[in-house]
Amino acid sequence: MDEKLTIFVNGKPISVARGTVIAAAVAQSGATFFRRSVTGEVRGPLCGMGICFECRVTVNGAAHNRSCQALCEDGMRIRTDD
Amino acid sequence: MLGHPLVTDTFDVLIVGAGIIGAACAAECARGGLKVLVLERESVGGGTTASGMGHLVVMDDSDAQFALTSYSRGLWNQLAPSLPPDVEYDSCGTLWVAADESEMVVLQQKEQSYRSHGVKVERLDGPALREAEPNLRRDLVGGLRVVEDAVIYPPCAARFLLDDAKSFDLEVRTGCSVREIADDGAVLLDDGTRICSGICVNAAGCDSPSLTPGLPVRKRKGHLVITDRYPGYVKHQVIELGYLKSAHTVSTESVAFNIQPRKTGQMLIGSSRQFEADNTAVDHAVLAKMLRRAAHFLPTIGNLSAIRVWTGHRAATPDKLPLIGPGLTSDRLWLATGHEGLGITTSLGTGRLLADMILHRASDIPVEPYLPARLTAGDPQHG
Repeated sequence: MDEKLTIFVNGKPISVARGTVIAAAVAQSGATFFRRSVTGEVRGPLCGMGICFECRVTVNGAAHNRSCQALCEDGMRIRTDD
Repeated sequence: MLGHPLVTDTFDVLIVGAGIIGAACAAECARGGLKVLVLERESVGGGTTASGMGHLVVMDDSDAQFALTSYSRGLWNQLAPSLPPDVEYDSCGTLWVAADESEMVVLQQKEQSYRSHGVKVERLDGPALREAEPNLRRDLVGGLRVVEDAVIYPPCAARFLLDDAKSFDLEVRTGCSVREIADDGAVLLDDGTRICSGICVNAAGCDSPSLTPGLPVRKRKGHLVITDRYPGYVKHQVIELGYLKSAHTVSTESVAFNIQPRKTGQMLIGSSRQFEADNTAVDHAVLAKMLRRAAHFLPTIGNLSAIRVWTGHRAATPDKLPLIGPGLTSDRLWLATGHEGLGITTSLGTGRLLADMILHRASDIPVEPYLPARLTAGDPQHG
């Protein structure tokens, strides 16, 4: 559990323990929101269990991934649409 | 053509069904000076009209199909500048793709046929196709872009057609369930109300046979998937040439690759065709087959999120052509139904032809191939 990974949130390197969900890493990065709605409002995690889709981020170029449902992998690149 | 004058208790023309076909017929009749009533059981454009993709497309399975689709698409192109934003008109064009040399031959025939009729097309070789649609598999041999094909959002288009004609004598009543259409053109509603008209037009789509017994209109089920927003993932409505085989045979079940970009950045993924499947449940085996077909052409599509799947039914006729004109039992009972998967495109042409016949006007294209009278002519396979 002590093993550390490095991921990049909007280009900023973040060190997290293996087993950390992406949402937690994004929160740790200091990003103030996870995505923007169609009308431009800022959004972030609400349900934390994969139902509300509010916490979507772009993972390694693939849009609309639920950050509360996937674990960090070393070298992963996350965008939060900002 | 009419045996009776258009003088009635109330309405000259009563149209059953406010799908896009009924809406187009109503608008054209009203513009022609007729007093029109539309009866709709549920909501405007809420049936088959709301289930499909909304692709405005020229098709050439038969001369008659080509004539009606190209005429109708021309009418849509003319109407485009007046369409409100919620109709989401998008002139993205259609891109037919050929997977191998044998399909390339079919593609070339299609190109020739379209060119000879003045339909604007562009041939793409393999590299040009890859540039036009980078997410398509790399080994496709070519494509044909039908430049003036387009996409709309059909329920709002149906509503617009009715709204746009409201300065004429046109009334729409929703929540009116028609129980019976009598031979004299009167209809009986479920609540017992009787409404008289000079002509009653059955434009009830999949439900048209229940009001006109014996009508050879069958339900052909389809599935659609809509994705989340991925703007630019595809830029055209992209269809495999094999679609023609799927759409134009009458086999019990088939799928074909057909994807449509929406203005929102979402995509509609089709298509499936099933007879003898009158229920609305998602058939997971068919859905899986349909999505595998899409992944065959777009290898990365599995990485995208789908947000919803639904089904709908097309109103199919045995000879793949709609039924437009006087019915077989009475000259006061008319039909505008059986448009299968092309009703959004052909709605405008249908409305014109129907109004032309009722008003004894000359039509821009021959009406004969679509007349219901062909059903009694013996040979069911026209065109």
